[in-house]
Amino acid sequence: MRTSYRISAAVQYFLLTVVSAVMLMPFLWMVSTSLKEPAKVFVFPPQLIPSPVRWSNYAEVLHIIPFHLFYWNSIYIAALVTAGTVFFSSLAGYAFARIPFWGSGVVFLLLLSTMMIPNEVIAIPMFLFMREIGFINTHVPLIVLPIFGAGGVFGVFVMRQFFIAIPKELEEAAMIDGCSRLRIYTSIMLPLAKPAAATLVIFTFLTSWNDFFDPLIYISDRTLMTLPLALSLFTDESGTAWHHLMSASVMATLPLLIVFFFAQKQFIEGVAMTGLKE
Amino acid sequence: MVLGFALLLFVPLMMALYMSLTDWPLLGEAKFVGLDNYKAIAGDKEFWKVLGNTFYFAAGLVPLNIVLALLLALPLAGKLPGMGFFRTVIFVPVMTSLIVWSIVWKYMFATDSGFINQLLQWFGVTGPSWLYDRNLAMPVVIVTSVLKNLGLNMVLFIAALQQVPAQLYEAARIDGAGRVVTFFRVTLPMITHTLFLTIIMTIIGSLKVFGQIYVMTQGGPVGSTKVLVYYIWEKAFKLYEFGYASSLAYVLFAIILALTLVQWGLRKRWVIHEG
Repeated sequence: MRTSYRISAAVQYFLLTVVSAVMLMPFLWMVSTSLKEPAKVFVFPPQLIPSPVRWSNYAEVLHIIPFHLFYWNSIYIAALVTAGTVFFSSLAGYAFARIPFWGSGVVFLLLLSTMMIPNEVIAIPMFLFMREIGFINTHVPLIVLPIFGAGGVFGVFVMRQFFIAIPKELEEAAMIDGCSRLRIYTSIMLPLAKPAAATLVIFTFLTSWNDFFDPLIYISDRTLMTLPLALSLFTDESGTAWHHLMSASVMATLPLLIVFFFAQKQFIEGVAMTGLKE
Repeated sequence: MVLGFALLLFVPLMMALYMSLTDWPLLGEAKFVGLDNYKAIAGDKEFWKVLGNTFYFAAGLVPLNIVLALLLALPLAGKLPGMGFFRTVIFVPVMTSLIVWSIVWKYMFATDSGFINQLLQWFGVTGPSWLYDRNLAMPVVIVTSVLKNLGLNMVLFIAALQQVPAQLYEAARIDGAGRVVTFFRVTLPMITHTLFLTIIMTIIGSLKVFGQIYVMTQGGPVGSTKVLVYYIWEKAFKLYEFGYASSLAYVLFAIILALTLVQWGLRKRWVIHEG
């Protein structure tokens, strides 16, 4: 019995190690290549630890492409989208959870049903509309659409589910004390909903930071590009400078990884809690 | 808020429906053509190939993703030391940019000197030109896509597995059930709701594959990896055939709608905590 237990544990560790190695390999290879001399990028046998280490790749990337602009675009767009989504969907989520109004159930169901509309369907008329009012090659669609689009709907859903679970008595007590709806919302409900809001913040930021389809449609001006779009254009050009592309990729990935390692427990639990993606 | 959603979701949805019934060029007047676009789709050889590719992608990705995620979740839901580390490592790609992930894998699968082929060469094997071979390109995209999102389903399974009451395992042990029997008789039935949900969500997600195709193959070689969303994007935003592209998008919508209705119809089987 004990030996079989040990063998099974060994098998489990072996399987996990293999999968983890495969998962880590792209990251290792990315970092390794980002520090190589151009001539050594495809050298055989592959060098995991480059010699010499060429730090200047990073500095060069910043000169070749307006990398600081892509960075700034990604950061400020994701920040605005996150702030907007959390603000609007917590308000709407609260309303759906607590304020009874005529047809609220039906409206909520309709709202939920929009979650299955593929972005590609509404993207076409939305593109024409944005072109009509002159928002092509601006960041407006990248900020407004996620807040009121599928991301926002998801936010309302998450927040509503959370608010519903909070006992009503808490509010009733406050109401007797003469608190207004808004006051109850800001000083009682919102602080209680912190875990849900935190999950929503991470999700929304991540989705916006990694978004590709919308920037591809709306942005063609180089200085307005976000990181994923800018990086993808690299691979189109004949004769990719892999060492530069990899250092750019490292720079695009690093902030997320740092945040993740600090917030991983909360984040993974958040995924499990909401049980949905996107 | 609701008004915002109405304006930005329902109106474009209806607009897209109308557009799908027109010939809508980049410039010039839109012309109402009724169901002509849909008839054209039915006779569009490229569409059927693209649809086939899309189902190929889904048929490859979904079972691989679900089985592997469940297999990994089993030990990771337990209490052996070091599981937190593995969980984190397997989850990291989920939050990485799909574009960066695809770029790096494209580079690792490069023909002459990519990491994979160099590795094979070590064993005396000359690797194929993975992404330039019409039979291999799709499997490569499938495998790298599985690795990208594996962690998501894994975490959902871990959460489900940890909610299975310990007494059930205890009872199975007392009855002398082995590991395999316990898995199929106790574990699997107890997590069917999560299993069902993840399968449907993964299918829907796989039908919308785009970014990795755009980066790794651009739909090639000879259209072997051209999927539905790529085709829609090409028609709409490269060729500016907005009417035809809208009809294609509605076909995608119809497929997803059908899947969602199936999910809705069977919801009693998996919804345990509503409202």
